[in-house]
Amino acid sequence: MQFTLNGRAVDVDAHPMRRLLDVLREDCALTGTKEGCGEGECGACTVLVDGQGVVSCLVPFAQVEGRDVRTIEGADAQALQRAFMDHVGAQCGICTPGMIMAAMSLGPDPTRRQMQEALAGNLCRCTGYEAIFRAISAAKRASRKTPLSVEVTT
Amino acid sequence: MANFTERAVGRSVARKDGIGKATGKAVYADDLVFPGMLHGRTIRSTIPRGRVRAIRRNFDPEGFTVVDFRDIPGKNVIALIDEDQPCLVEREVRHVAEPILLLAHADRERLLGADVALEYERDVPVLEPAASTVVFKQIHIEKGDVDANLASADVVIEGTYRTGAQEHVYIEPNGVVAVQEEGGLAVYGSIQCPFYVHKALVALLGDAVTHVRVVQTETGGGFGGKEEFPSVIAAHAALLALKSGRPVKIIYDRAEDMVATTKRHPSVVRHRTGVSRDGRIVTMDIDVLMDGGAYVTLSPVVLSRGAIHAAGPYRCDHTRIVGRVAMTNTPPNGAFRGFGAPQTQFAMEVHMDRVAEALGLDPVQLREINALRPGDTTATGQTLGSDCSALETLQRAVAKSGYAEKRARARDAQHGVGVSLFYHGSGFTGSGELRLASRAAIEVTERGVRVLTSSTEIGQGTRTMHAQIVADALGVPYESVEVAQPDTSRVPDSGPTVASRTCMVVGGILQRAATEMRRRIGDASPAEYFRAHGALRVEAEYEQPDWIRWDDETYRGDAYATFGWGCNVAEVELDPVTFEVRPVRLTAVVDVGKAIHPALAIGQIEGGSAQAVGYALLEHVVMRDGAMANGQLTNYVIPTTLDTPPIDVELLENPYPGGPFGAKGLGELPMDGPAPAIVNAIRSLGIDVREVPALPEVLLRDSLGRRGLHSARDRESITAAGR
Amino acid sequence: MRSAVSTLELRRPRSVREALTMLRDDGPLVPLAGATDLYVALNFGTLTGTRFIDLWPLEPLRRIEMHGEVLSLGALVTYTGLTRSRLVKQRLPMLVDAARLVGGIQIQNRGTIGGNIANGSPAGDTLPVFAAAEATVVARSASTERRIPFVDFYSGYRTSVLQPDELIVAVEVPAVSGQQWFRKVGTRAAQAISKVVIAAVRADSPRVALGSVGPVVVRARKAEQALATGQGIDAAVTALEAEIQPIDDVRSTAEYRRVVAGNLLRQFWMQTAE
Repeated sequence: MQFTLNGRAVDVDAHPMRRLLDVLREDCALTGTKEGCGEGECGACTVLVDGQGVVSCLVPFAQVEGRDVRTIEGADAQALQRAFMDHVGAQCGICTPGMIMAAMSLGPDPTRRQMQEALAGNLCRCTGYEAIFRAISAAKRASRKTPLSVEVTT
Repeated sequence: MANFTERAVGRSVARKDGIGKATGKAVYADDLVFPGMLHGRTIRSTIPRGRVRAIRRNFDPEGFTVVDFRDIPGKNVIALIDEDQPCLVEREVRHVAEPILLLAHADRERLLGADVALEYERDVPVLEPAASTVVFKQIHIEKGDVDANLASADVVIEGTYRTGAQEHVYIEPNGVVAVQEEGGLAVYGSIQCPFYVHKALVALLGDAVTHVRVVQTETGGGFGGKEEFPSVIAAHAALLALKSGRPVKIIYDRAEDMVATTKRHPSVVRHRTGVSRDGRIVTMDIDVLMDGGAYVTLSPVVLSRGAIHAAGPYRCDHTRIVGRVAMTNTPPNGAFRGFGAPQTQFAMEVHMDRVAEALGLDPVQLREINALRPGDTTATGQTLGSDCSALETLQRAVAKSGYAEKRARARDAQHGVGVSLFYHGSGFTGSGELRLASRAAIEVTERGVRVLTSSTEIGQGTRTMHAQIVADALGVPYESVEVAQPDTSRVPDSGPTVASRTCMVVGGILQRAATEMRRRIGDASPAEYFRAHGALRVEAEYEQPDWIRWDDETYRGDAYATFGWGCNVAEVELDPVTFEVRPVRLTAVVDVGKAIHPALAIGQIEGGSAQAVGYALLEHVVMRDGAMANGQLTNYVIPTTLDTPPIDVELLENPYPGGPFGAKGLGELPMDGPAPAIVNAIRSLGIDVREVPALPEVLLRDSLGRRGLHSARDRESITAAGR
Repeated sequence: MRSAVSTLELRRPRSVREALTMLRDDGPLVPLAGATDLYVALNFGTLTGTRFIDLWPLEPLRRIEMHGEVLSLGALVTYTGLTRSRLVKQRLPMLVDAARLVGGIQIQNRGTIGGNIANGSPAGDTLPVFAAAEATVVARSASTERRIPFVDFYSGYRTSVLQPDELIVAVEVPAVSGQQWFRKVGTRAAQAISKVVIAAVRADSPRVALGSVGPVVVRARKAEQALATGQGIDAAVTALEAEIQPIDDVRSTAEYRRVVAGNLLRQFWMQTAE
């Protein structure tokens, strides 16, 4: 099945009902996306599909046909990654890839409330979230890029 | 290079593992793949107590490796303190989810589809610790004359306080891979204590292997949940690898991890406190009961620490603490950050507020009167030195949080403020560190030096902090210090990564090793020395401070080399419509002796506090018929970004001279204070709650004596609360 | 992950018409949309079906549009789609409130209203909204289309009147006059299953609907009547208590749900008063 993975066109042969998480980790050997719960609760498996954050443990592989999938390995997230390093946003690091992928939905200079809401689906057990907010605030001051997902109104 | 003067200690230098974690390149157990690898699965008991009568394998055995207790070459035990816990059930079952049979197969679907039917003879399980006749450990601590002073006290206040179980919810579940190598076995895994696993595997495998090597992979959180438990999953993978001749990976999914692995010991603590009318605590009589689950594991030590901390950071000449931890037919409980102290200090701190209420004193005032000061003695008779900071942390936290003005605010606003004062002994109790006889080493390399310890990085910053200490002790750049992956064939046994000892104890050993290396290499840089002279490795061993005196029989003396000290002020809002408690702000003032890495120290306090917020308000282990009934993250809830308050942290540095650069232990202390501070904040709103988790359901029940919500005054307050 | 995926079948229609034909001729097929419920079951190994039909690519089911005064929401509209829709914010703000609270953004980006309705969980967050809004479920098969009043959609616990060859294609919501009010009480502040959830409309004929207080969503008719006839909020709360059957479960207690349902009714009444 064809789709775009981290900017490259790929063709991966896998059962259509396999979890996208497993296809990424096993068939594509991209182990940066993590499994924390298998129930869509912890967010550690967050990837972007067409620019939107989703939990890949709940996405059937078939549903990314023709779509643009981004994982931590190919995300344009250098500012966030740098800031996570500088501000110790990662302690054990297992939630970090998913946390960074989810944080990509934030625009410049997010308020604390906006960061809380954007990351409410990402559990961290180590940091109490404070250092994550500090890291994201620093990154979003630095880069001033527009977010990947675009507001749509009808 | 000897005159390299830049200091790493005290600066928030770049973490050694920052890049790997931010890019997703760090390698955790489930990221490992070996050629020919099989997947493993554990068949577990579905009853809490009885005997296995029959095991029926209703599957095509082709491609399967099956292991039962008869396949164990050595002893069928998980070696830890006692040897009461079997690796695999022989016949007797003592808890739901007890491992009975192990399966492995290359195809995960065939593995999961294998049907194994178990038949049992059932017994009536013991599910209440108070009703249990099997006691794993009893402790009796006594000082002065409690009974006489209770009889003569001006006022006696009694109370019973309860804490529930708590599940670690490290975001990475337990997982290991066992791989045979040259007649021996290597186990890679998510492990806090590689040498604990090593010891367990040696006992289990006996002569079947020439050697065992345990290697810690990047670990996605531990919190004590990967202190002793990994010996179990490692034993299972090892047996399957041995029998199949193939690498075997076992990764628990979240549900299995939550139901089958260790949890924090639930507790019931009773206080009887005699006080004088002017607010002095004259006598304390404390009873501690903990639920150990089905096997001993670490229960004696959890009870020990809980009992020693049960009288809180207060001076009292007449103190009695009686503790016991009892067996129930539930999955064994085990280590969890704080290790008994969060339970008993919860009770102490809520009780203190009730004592203050009874005397008409402000809770801060009562604590100021009774806080331990240098020169005072603890319940075990330990005289505290100048490294005691109880009063300072209390006064700083009260000032910083604006406690007084906020406390004075009317209750109608549903905004409550509460305080807790707490402490935590650093390192193993009493003679524990002496028995561990920990060792640490450093060796020169062509780039600088390499640190060799079995201390594990589990998020708290071990690699970084050890490198900082070695860099400064050796007088070399932090960047030139690397830290070896803990591999039991390569590093010395530095003891377990627990008990808030990794900085103070192991860091201290490294400091001495580095000092010795500097003596031996003179003015040369380590890299220069390596090029000129070749390999050099310096190893040092733990040296107990010569003033420590401890009696294991009477539980008297110097329980710990030093203590960390903390004070929390919690502000909460109570919604009178739903009884939900929203933590608004948490202030934490913590004496860490010396912050080797300020950002890491703050991270420990912020993270530990958030975990304690969950313990206080959200985390409820629902047990039905001896097993956790809500073993999913959907139903056992930990704090999200919207559940944790802003946490204001202030670090105090009142050094412990025996710690590296003055450092005390830190990792667990933050867990001890927030729950009682939050409950005390709720209490300030008039709800007599004495347990955690203080769920809305509990608060509703406790408040029904407050005439519910049908009075006119309450109706107005509903409007004010908003959504 | 506890399911044998290789035994599962997924049909992938390229149009709504093709999907309906498959349902008629090739059933039984379980519709799969955002998968935020079905794949939890897949992970836990509790899937009851083995044959699925993928609706996700069917763009015509994602439309949000007006048909006169009736707001039509395609079955595949996601919670994110709702929160970004100016039409929905204007006409059915209580649905936007529900969408924001259903879970984190990852769930909001994938969960659909069709899925929430078809799943029929007693705790479904949009269900009280549609009940209070007196919505209509548009169900289509290869040969028919019918409009089912929301109040008639469920026949029992997780059971609807939807036929195996029918798909929910849209939900139609008539104009709601009066102030809309929504509140969800979960096990924590975000990413939570509701313990009690209420949607209500303040009007001469008030409407009150609740979830998580019985096997199906409850329209609290007796409480509504007490309010409409001026008997007062105390009488309405008493009436409400008789209309709900909350239970004890791993998340909460019957007592809590009963008391809080009454408190929420009271809060709604207080906050929407002129």
